[in-house]
Amino acid sequence: MINFDYVRATSAADAVSRIAAFPGAKFIAGGTNLVDLMKEDVERPPRLIDISRLPLNRVEDIQGGGLRIGALIANADLAGAPPVAQRYPLLGDALRAGASGQLRNMASVGGNLMQRTRCCYFYDLATPCNKRRPGDGCSARDGLNRAHAILGASVACVATHPSDMCVALAALDAIVHVRGPTEGRALALTDFHRLPGDTPDRDTNLEPDELITAVELPPKGFAEHYSYLKIRDRLSYAFALVSVAAALDLDGDRIREARIALGGVAHKPWRDARVEDAMRGEPANAATFGAAAQALLRDARALAHNAFKIDLAARTVVRALTQAARGTPQSQTDKRIG
Amino acid sequence: MTQLQTTEVPAAKNPSLAPPDKLAVTLIVNGVEQTLRLAPWTTLLDALRDHLNLTGTKKGCDHGQCGACTVLVEGRRINSCLTFAVMQDGARITTIEGLARNGVLHPLQQAFTDHDAFQCGYCTPGQICSAAGLLAEGKPLTRDEIREAMSGNICRCGAYPNIVAAIEQAMGRT
Amino acid sequence: MSLSAPTCIGASVSRIDGPAKVTGAAKYAAEYVAPDLAHGYVVTSRIARGRIRRIDVSRARRVAGVIDVLTHDNRPQMAAQDDAYRDDVAPEGAPFRPLYNDRILFSGQPIAVVLAEDPEAARFAATLLGVDYDEEPHVTDFLGQRDAAVAAPKGAFGPPPARGSVETALEAAPVRHDADYYVPAETHNPMELYATTAIWDADGRLTVYDKTQGVQNAHTYLCGVFGLKPEDLRVMSPYMGGGFGSGLRPQYQVVLAVLAAKALRRPARVVLTRAQMFELGYRPAMIQRISLGADADGTLRAIAHDAVTMTSRYEDFYRQETGWSGLLYACANASYAHRLARLDLPTPCDMRAPSAATGVYALECAMDELAVALNMDPIALRLKNYSERDQHSGDPYSSKNLRACYEQGAEAFGWAGRAPEPRAMRDGDELIGWGMATGVWEALQMSIGVRIVLSANGHAEVSCATSDIGTGTYTIMAQVAADMLGLPLQDISIRLGDSTLPRSPVEGGSWIAASVANGIAATADAIRADVLRLAQGLPHAPLAGAGPDDVELAEGCVVSRADPSRRTPIADALRHARLERIEREHLTEFAAPKLAHNTHSAVFAEVRIDEDLGLIRVTRVVSAVAAGRILNAKTARSQIMGGVVWGVGMALHEETLIDPAFGRIMNANIADYHVPVNADIHDIEVIFVDEPDAEINHLGVKGLGEIGIVGVAAAIANAVYHATGTRVRDLPITLDKLRR
Ligand SMILES: Cc1cc2nc3c(=O)[nH]c(=O)nc-3n(C[C@H](O)[C@H](O)[C@H](O)COP(=O)(O)OP(=O)(O)OC[C@H]3O[C@@H](n4cnc5c(N)ncnc54)[C@H](O)[C@@H]3O)c2cc1C
Ligand code: SF4
Ligand code: FES
Ligand code: FES
Repeated sequence: MINFDYVRATSAADAVSRIAAFPGAKFIAGGTNLVDLMKEDVERPPRLIDISRLPLNRVEDIQGGGLRIGALIANADLAGAPPVAQRYPLLGDALRAGASGQLRNMASVGGNLMQRTRCCYFYDLATPCNKRRPGDGCSARDGLNRAHAILGASVACVATHPSDMCVALAALDAIVHVRGPTEGRALALTDFHRLPGDTPDRDTNLEPDELITAVELPPKGFAEHYSYLKIRDRLSYAFALVSVAAALDLDGDRIREARIALGGVAHKPWRDARVEDAMRGEPANAATFGAAAQALLRDARALAHNAFKIDLAARTVVRALTQAARGTPQSQTDKRIG
Repeated sequence: MTQLQTTEVPAAKNPSLAPPDKLAVTLIVNGVEQTLRLAPWTTLLDALRDHLNLTGTKKGCDHGQCGACTVLVEGRRINSCLTFAVMQDGARITTIEGLARNGVLHPLQQAFTDHDAFQCGYCTPGQICSAAGLLAEGKPLTRDEIREAMSGNICRCGAYPNIVAAIEQAMGRT
Repeated sequence: MSLSAPTCIGASVSRIDGPAKVTGAAKYAAEYVAPDLAHGYVVTSRIARGRIRRIDVSRARRVAGVIDVLTHDNRPQMAAQDDAYRDDVAPEGAPFRPLYNDRILFSGQPIAVVLAEDPEAARFAATLLGVDYDEEPHVTDFLGQRDAAVAAPKGAFGPPPARGSVETALEAAPVRHDADYYVPAETHNPMELYATTAIWDADGRLTVYDKTQGVQNAHTYLCGVFGLKPEDLRVMSPYMGGGFGSGLRPQYQVVLAVLAAKALRRPARVVLTRAQMFELGYRPAMIQRISLGADADGTLRAIAHDAVTMTSRYEDFYRQETGWSGLLYACANASYAHRLARLDLPTPCDMRAPSAATGVYALECAMDELAVALNMDPIALRLKNYSERDQHSGDPYSSKNLRACYEQGAEAFGWAGRAPEPRAMRDGDELIGWGMATGVWEALQMSIGVRIVLSANGHAEVSCATSDIGTGTYTIMAQVAADMLGLPLQDISIRLGDSTLPRSPVEGGSWIAASVANGIAATADAIRADVLRLAQGLPHAPLAGAGPDDVELAEGCVVSRADPSRRTPIADALRHARLERIEREHLTEFAAPKLAHNTHSAVFAEVRIDEDLGLIRVTRVVSAVAAGRILNAKTARSQIMGGVVWGVGMALHEETLIDPAFGRIMNANIADYHVPVNADIHDIEVIFVDEPDAEINHLGVKGLGEIGIVGVAAAIANAVYHATGTRVRDLPITLDKLRR
């Protein structure tokens, strides 16, 4: 870890002006990703701007429905907040599926959005990695890539985004509010993270001098028919091989609206509007779910060690949709898949 | 081939070699106010272990992957290896050394002893602090919920069933 | 012996070191402090093979707080010959010499240690070293080297001699099973980071607090490496945060800490990172081929077991991986082969039940497959070939109650309710599988020294240079001493983990409990004789004429066995002789046992597998163990339970991943190297079957550290087959392997 200096922001405006004034500086919130990467020397910010005490930690109802979530609320608190439990249980479940009790007490919503890939080469400075330093090459492409992307990858980078929370947010059509030195703007969550393309060093469309202030959820929470199903190599405290956030709006047994987001398969939470549109008006049954899963993964490409993920993702989609349709979401404590 | 041990990212091509500026940090540790002068790069875990000689809090990975460093900050369990001490300025911190009262073991400490919920003992302070944070959340817990909630604390000796039994005892169930 | 009515031995006693561990008072190697302590951070090689051309330390040295950077160029004097680096448990070869020269033998090898006033400055400066390498091509691809592997030298651990004629027997056998089984490299990952703190005393002697399973092994090693006089060095390890074999050999941080202390003439501490610990040694990956031939009634006719394991290029590490197959079951024809693939990796080392965890895994899966081929119940097949003798030597066992393990384990598990065909048991979307396997380990004992100091005030201190790495040694030592000395447990204090104490072997191989327990008993015999002699010096001595075997120590007195009313308080006997204490140090040697001696187990596992997604849950394990006399029912159960948890990890999670292009371990952290977490572990039932053993040693103790893991992975793998009908032979059984 390099020698850095530390300042504490007094307000959102202060945070933004401080970061604009010091290129290379970074915000720190919960610290659970940044401190980890600083210890590995993957991140070497000469200055940290502590935003953890900014009063951006409220969960507020928005007029006309919807919810505004402060960027600094801890993942655990968000999961337990009554409006989330009652109206957006998919989000609560995704949060509970991630990390550990301790980490969820620390991790912030903004930090979770910004967390970087767990690609093992990205973490190991002795191996080339385009995400760490563009042009060096991607070690994972021909290396150990069991955990890597099957969708949307590029020649330059085959990493995945590791978040659980973001998968649920993607399914819920969340909007990310950010504030720059001169103005604020809002990005759809599905546009927030990028595909790697030939700039894998950029994970998101956030500018370096922008602060995430809030995440907004539209009114529709799919609280009756949803499931977050995470498949991993051990039963807790592990990142997803594949995860699925499924949400259905049903009219009897017909689908009025379907949302499917996949985690662990791409550089961003994966959604495909065409697939969801095609499900409209269809019966909520195995045939529809199977067809949707196939369509979602039609363009999937395997690397040497991750071919299993394609089939696994398809099956997980079907299962999560089935759970959602039945109204029996996956429990995040009983590890049996319902 | 010359390799620098660290691939440099542009932001810090020439990191300062000068001594880091130390900041005054006040921590209320186990009820005692302590003011330290710390460089920003000192984690809460290292502040406790190296600066306050409270070595009951353990370092098993330094990366948030094991739970050995679990302490309570304002009553909530966190991994002390992933937060800088300066960020906790003014916070109330409880470590394993602060759980016993007047020489009487905390019910969790007693239960861990009774149920042989450890072997080498290295994960134990983290397990106990984690359980204390969990119980402070005040929810009734099924056995599955305890297992899941305690999954952020790895015990390589494999004492898990006894850890669950100890927590149940401390919750007033045997 | 005075063991008429043991009250402590065998009881469910809580650990006597428990209070220290639950309060944080127990101190581990990195937790000793001294004024002026220098902190070392290790820099490791990024290449797997070659030479260091140059190390530029100039920038690192300019970091504020940095005191020095030690490399092979500027380190203090160390021994040159390999011999000096050969510790008690070193395999054949030329041991690794840390910071010795410019040669790179493996990626992650220490090449420098940065010493600074605080650990953060050292860590920062470590990133500023510039290293020039002359890189040479490396080979770390184990599977690719299968054919290039060479026969393991015929050392102590070479395969046992073959018997009969395996080829003929296999050909003639009506039922055959042949298959390859694979176990990947695995890493110990004890929770404590490897660390050493080296502190000078006023007289220029060095005390080294080291994370080690053998303080005296480390002591001898350091004396050799640094030419220290034995009396000028003391190695301490009163608490160790887990070892599992990784701490049997002195690890390199102890060398670096002493180097630093010598170079700076200051106390120094070196703590490794979790990633660096992955380079300290590992369970070697292993490809095994097992061929079994049997008659239609299940009688085994032939066993052939061939293994290839990995080792480094500088030492040949192997254990008797294949020998277990020919030992366990009655079979007239058996053959073994063991080859080594020498790779540009660090030398492997012992890891919990070395050789048996892997060798028995393959054998017990193969037996399950044979049972399927024979259409026989897996237990019935094992009973059909049950052996009352060690199949290598032909000797009968001092005790072997494996039969009871099968019976009681099956009963507790409910094995009778098992539908024999695979995929026959389900609950909704989950397939249920039940599998079983046998476990076997050695019952070894090593000569050991024990000192007992018995005070007139009724307190005894018992000391030995052994370690308690979580095994419960403190507690069983106190229990045995309490019974032998007739004192309450709280009046016994234990000292261990100190190289100045009476001689002990390293803590490993499950031999410490048997060795130290009998060592205490023998030393207590001497104490008893002393006390009796003193008691007989009293006027009107009630015990006049009694011999040492006629009396025992009980309730603080020396008491006649025949007439317990004839007794003398120990305090009176000592005071009369004007002694405050009596002290005895005794080296107990164990004669080579005349009979065969092993521990055994029968392990039963239930898995539930989501049929569609392949997610595996191990919901029940019953482990029935025959291991002689159990010294402490509570800590013994924990030992076995811990072994079962390890078995779950071995079966489902653990794999050290090496990228062959870089020769580096790519999951060198405990987020990517998965070990079981709490949610992975459900019900574990441990049964100790009765196994009186009057032959093995006086107390009939056999040891428990390893047997708990042996057979577990096989039982789970067999359960996975039973659930799904899919046989996965390469560990770990991750869900993708069920889908192939
Ligand atoms: C062992 C381990 C296991 C984990 N397992 C999971 C898992 O299973 N699922 C999962 O989803 N996650 C998991 N995580 C990741 C965890 O969720 C993230 O580390 C966490 O969400 C990051 O939040 P933070 O507040 O701690 O971010 P920080 O570490 O403080 O910051 C991370 C990044 O975000 C930036 N940032 C933070 N806040 C803002 C803001 N408001 N505006 C702009 N930029 C900002 C920082 O500058 C930094 O670059 C795991 C982490 C660990 C260590
Ligand atoms: S996948 Fe991306 S993050 Fe991983 S090595 Fe390749 S470029 Fe780096
Ligand atoms: S030391 Fe903090 S989680 Fe391991
Ligand atoms: S007691 Fe050793 S790691 Fe838990």
